[in-house]
Amino acid sequence: MKTLAELKAIREKMQNQVGLRAEDHNHTRVVVGMATCGIAAGARPVLTKISQEVQERGLTDKVAVTQTGCIGLCQYEPIVEVMVPGEPKVTYIHMNPEKAVEVVNRHLAGGHVVEEYTLGAADIK
Amino acid sequence: MMPEISLNILDVTENSTRAGANLVSILIQANHSQDTLTVRIEDDGCGMTPEQVNQVTDPFFTTRTTRKVGLGIPFYKYAAESTGGSFSIDSKVGEGTRVTAVFGLSHIDRMPLGDITSTIHTLIVYHPETDFVYTYQVDERQFILDTRELKEILEGVPFSEPEVSQYIMEYLTENKSEVDQDAVL
Repeated sequence: MKTLAELKAIREKMQNQVGLRAEDHNHTRVVVGMATCGIAAGARPVLTKISQEVQERGLTDKVAVTQTGCIGLCQYEPIVEVMVPGEPKVTYIHMNPEKAVEVVNRHLAGGHVVEEYTLGAADIK
Repeated sequence: MMPEISLNILDVTENSTRAGANLVSILIQANHSQDTLTVRIEDDGCGMTPEQVNQVTDPFFTTRTTRKVGLGIPFYKYAAESTGGSFSIDSKVGEGTRVTAVFGLSHIDRMPLGDITSTIHTLIVYHPETDFVYTYQVDERQFILDTRELKEILEGVPFSEPEVSQYIMEYLTENKSEVDQDAVL
């Protein structure tokens, strides 16, 4: 069995560095819908992938990944909203882990909205 | 329908966190001699009135204002009952709610438990204000993860810290495989 002893070592290493990372207004917020509609459509692997990519690319200092409930657009789930301070909110729809990687690379890291996956680009009738 | 039981667990537990729970206990118990897979989720959230408890299994009832249907509980109840199992909700306003689903372990219609480790990891990391006691039990073997113990050790270092998050994932993965010997439930 893996024990909690290893966690102590991690804490000792981290303790000096944290505390500086409190939420501030300069954070980009990434919000994944995790109600029944989102979960059934595959939101869990999307959330996991986004947070992995954000960590691997070292974006954790400027990007906060969180989750929310149902925003009433169930037919477009999994939905990921990206809120960059000072910019209009971008709503990505029908997400999957592959698209999520692209959004992290092009939007969160590169600063360019991936237009083709947004709600605005969808053909809404 | 959800493709795996662990997504129902995620769904129900998200409701617990929205009900303002401070502590959520999640028990997964596979018992081969009784041929059952029991999933019990218990919270100390706001609870429901007897009327609400009766309504939640109705797919056309929800307290949400963003949509008019509430399919989470009806899906879950159906998934359990279609395997010869049972489903019950006990709730008291101001005390909390307990949702128990029993599945027929070897029943052909039982969905797989699925990626329970990712589900629990997601819950723990994204709800740092809620404490979780997760028990995973297969016959005589079990392991328990109590986030209050983690918090005590971490002294304020958050779960979202990449190394801590990674550690929790490894802890869940390794201990699960010791308990179920990598059998797919």
